[in-house]
Amino acid sequence: MGIVLLLVSIGVLVLGSAFCAVASRRSRWANQLGGVVAVAGAIPAILAAGHVLWTGETEELRLPWAVPFGSFYTAVDGLSAFFIMAIAVICGLAAMYGVSYMRHYAGRKNLGPSWFFYNMLFASMLLVVTARNGMLFLVAWEIMSLASFFLVMFDHEKEEVREAGWTYLVAMHLGTAFLFALFLLLSWQGKTMDFDTFGVPSGVASGSVLFLLAVIGFGTKAGFMPMHVWLPEAHPAAPSHVSAVMSGVMIKTGIYGLLRVLTFLGEPSTWPTWWGWTLIGVGAVSGIGGVLFALAQHDLKRLLAYHSVENIGIICLGLGLWLVGTSTDNPALAALGLLGGLLHVWNHAIFKSLLFLAAGAAIQATGTRDIELMGGLLKRMRHTGLAFIIGSVAICGLPPLNGFISEFMIYVGAFSGVTGSVTTGATASLLVVAALAMIGGLAIACFTKVIGVVFLGEGRSDLAKDASEAPALMRAPLAIMAGLCVLIGLLSPLVIPAIEPATRCLIPNSTAYRNVGGMDLYSLLWRISTAFVVLIAFIVGLWALRRRLLAHRTVQEAGTWDCGYAAPTSRMQYTASSFAWPILDMFRFLLRPQVLQQRPSGLFPEKAKFESHVDDVFRKYAYGPIFSSVAWLADRLRWVQQGRNQLYVLYIALALLTLLFWKLGVAK
Amino acid sequence: MTVCASILHVLMALTLSPLLLGVINRTKAKFAGRCGQPLLQPYYDLAKLLRKGAVYSRTTTWVFRAGPMVGLAAMLLVIGLVPLGGVRALGTFPGDLILLTYALGLTRFMTMLAALDTGSAFEGMGASREAQFSLLAEPVLLLSLAALAICTRSMGLSDIYGSLHTLDSARWVPTASLAAAAIFIVLLVENARIPIDDPNTHLELTMIHEVMVLDHGGVDLGLIQYGAALKLWVFSSLLVGVVIPWQIGQPVLDLLLGVGGIFALAVVVGVVESAMARLRLVRVPQMLAVAAVLTMIAIIWALR
Repeated sequence: MGIVLLLVSIGVLVLGSAFCAVASRRSRWANQLGGVVAVAGAIPAILAAGHVLWTGETEELRLPWAVPFGSFYTAVDGLSAFFIMAIAVICGLAAMYGVSYMRHYAGRKNLGPSWFFYNMLFASMLLVVTARNGMLFLVAWEIMSLASFFLVMFDHEKEEVREAGWTYLVAMHLGTAFLFALFLLLSWQGKTMDFDTFGVPSGVASGSVLFLLAVIGFGTKAGFMPMHVWLPEAHPAAPSHVSAVMSGVMIKTGIYGLLRVLTFLGEPSTWPTWWGWTLIGVGAVSGIGGVLFALAQHDLKRLLAYHSVENIGIICLGLGLWLVGTSTDNPALAALGLLGGLLHVWNHAIFKSLLFLAAGAAIQATGTRDIELMGGLLKRMRHTGLAFIIGSVAICGLPPLNGFISEFMIYVGAFSGVTGSVTTGATASLLVVAALAMIGGLAIACFTKVIGVVFLGEGRSDLAKDASEAPALMRAPLAIMAGLCVLIGLLSPLVIPAIEPATRCLIPNSTAYRNVGGMDLYSLLWRISTAFVVLIAFIVGLWALRRRLLAHRTVQEAGTWDCGYAAPTSRMQYTASSFAWPILDMFRFLLRPQVLQQRPSGLFPEKAKFESHVDDVFRKYAYGPIFSSVAWLADRLRWVQQGRNQLYVLYIALALLTLLFWKLGVAK
Repeated sequence: MTVCASILHVLMALTLSPLLLGVINRTKAKFAGRCGQPLLQPYYDLAKLLRKGAVYSRTTTWVFRAGPMVGLAAMLLVIGLVPLGGVRALGTFPGDLILLTYALGLTRFMTMLAALDTGSAFEGMGASREAQFSLLAEPVLLLSLAALAICTRSMGLSDIYGSLHTLDSARWVPTASLAAAAIFIVLLVENARIPIDDPNTHLELTMIHEVMVLDHGGVDLGLIQYGAALKLWVFSSLLVGVVIPWQIGQPVLDLLLGVGGIFALAVVVGVVESAMARLRLVRVPQMLAVAAVLTMIAIIWALR
């Protein structure tokens, strides 16, 4: 039943998106239709995923088709259903928001194509996680990349958007090139592209080569550092609901791909330990690097995009623990790492989409993405601000929300790695603990900065002072997502069983996690829930106490105290740059912040200027030189292209002659 | 009996923690040759603050009002999670040290937000410094607890502190002393004591914690000061559990021993404050780096 519902969902989305494209002459109408189609497509997909996660059975559908190497083979197992759930929920909610968000553009832009690509992106993501044939998978993967590319290019009049789209397209295709090699090698032995015949081609390439190909190919999509460079470019350029989908769920298809490919690489117990080390290394670099670069940003959406790199890093740390645990035969470490990593996939999907949508509302209200021009928005956008604060608490992994639960599970996994009877993998586990603690502190610094500068204090420009609250249709998805953050936080023991089916094909012994340091995982999580309830009860209690105490006393309003200075202005507030500077300065060996300053001089100084910004070091110092040398080489070969037909005929003749001689030479 | 001792510990923490500040102040006064304020002055201050009304800045929102409440609520939760030597915590489970660290993080998060909510450059500066130092202090705390966890092969704070002293001394003494040194540095940083921060001033350019609460007054300030006293108690318990190398085995006596240790530690903090000058701000990260190195050595010793 699940697979049928899923195909219904994909059908609705594809058909509906065609209607959106046709209806493009009436922009307003296309806008509503697009949203309705996405929500209509989401519902059967959610039901399908729920069904499979509930029953835990794999459902498959295999049809013959004309494409060579295999059949039209799709299946939904626990792992697919787990990702389908995230994709469908987030795409549905983001579409609701999008209808209202895009209304703003209706008069000026043709919204038909935008919704066409949105629904195609949604459908292709569903197909990516259900395809069980290499050709089908790659086709879906390519549609996903292209649809999101066109969505990124929505504001294509702007130079920087075109640049971002171009970076995105190049990055995606470089990543896909690795996937082509990977799938070719995987299908070497079975001679078909069906996943059930995939295996390590003995004598051609080892499992490790395949693993590295998968890490690079899928890691480009997921945003592993240093393949992340497209992320901070593409996410800010896209409309906010698209950023939410791309950051919340699309990059997770990379994680899915990596997990799926790992199931083809033989028995987990035979995997070398360094695979786990690789993922932990990548996770630590992405996690700490992502949040450090996030701290340096002034562009709200760019900052959130770097946080996606950070959270992918956290997921990666969990998966790394899983691999280390698997290869060193430490089932508790493996199970907790995997469960924590997977739960973080869901959690990040929820809170990151929440943050992007709330940020989009703030950006639409103020008309700028520069956080230094916002400020005081909580007074004008009460609900959006509250949603953003809830999302921030969740993303920092603070109690009592969902982010804490997944990080806690990874932490506990790591601690069971260092304190259990098996000490192999202890160093890896300690690295995970240190990295997570560092990420936690930096994330708190970053999100206090964002909330403080964007939502608190006084408006820093006229744009911020005139902002008004977002329409109800935009706030409803925010409320649902914030509610999910709270629910998963408080009821985590009820959520874990929904993830278990996803781990079935990845951990053979799936009851190992029941014993965490002498306690059952579920009772442990119930303790956490109890602690959270107690915390909330304390907050409510203190609130009641304070209210009682202040009930009959005078509560006055006054200006903020500023050392007796009588006319404070909003320009005197601490800026985001000043807030982050001490930390950036501490990590200047990595971040290389650029400072442009013109000091005031003379007795009556007239002009002074200070500007600081942080470029992506990987883009600037690694990819920049590579791509410009490729361009330089291509430039040197320009004389080949003269645009004269005779010359091209000559090239063809030369090529044929060379081939002929080569063939004759080989024959001899 | 054990549970009674745990409950008694929580009650003592709730009632006696402001006295710690009094002891520190008295120690400092003695060193300076003054009589000093009454030992119970922190209680008088709290009582006075709780009797007052409130003045709020027009710039602020509900975040400013929620800051002290959430901060204190998280500290109350932490009090229930922290063991004192042989006295087990009220709530204990594997991995409770993570909840403890992150609940402290929640307090800090809300305090920083409340500071930024005033729109004042002073408080922004304080929040910025708090963010910088705490991001170094948090991993040090977590890793030094991890070192102890490795030593005892257990994941719950109460188990760690309960079984530390039953081990072979060559195994735990080096780790515990290094971890204790690291926790002591973190204690000074997190509780805004000299040589990192001066709890008596907020008008110098070295201000960190005190400046963040500049605009709070009345009941809110009372909640914050009480929360700060509890925080000192929490860190002191974590330290005393490592430093006092014996346990009586009788929960109530262990409790008294631990509480005695906490007050002795308050005297030590007072001595440190009297004997040292405040460090320059750029030195603070270096001090935390020293703590991190100590932790690393502790871990290596424990893993050996």
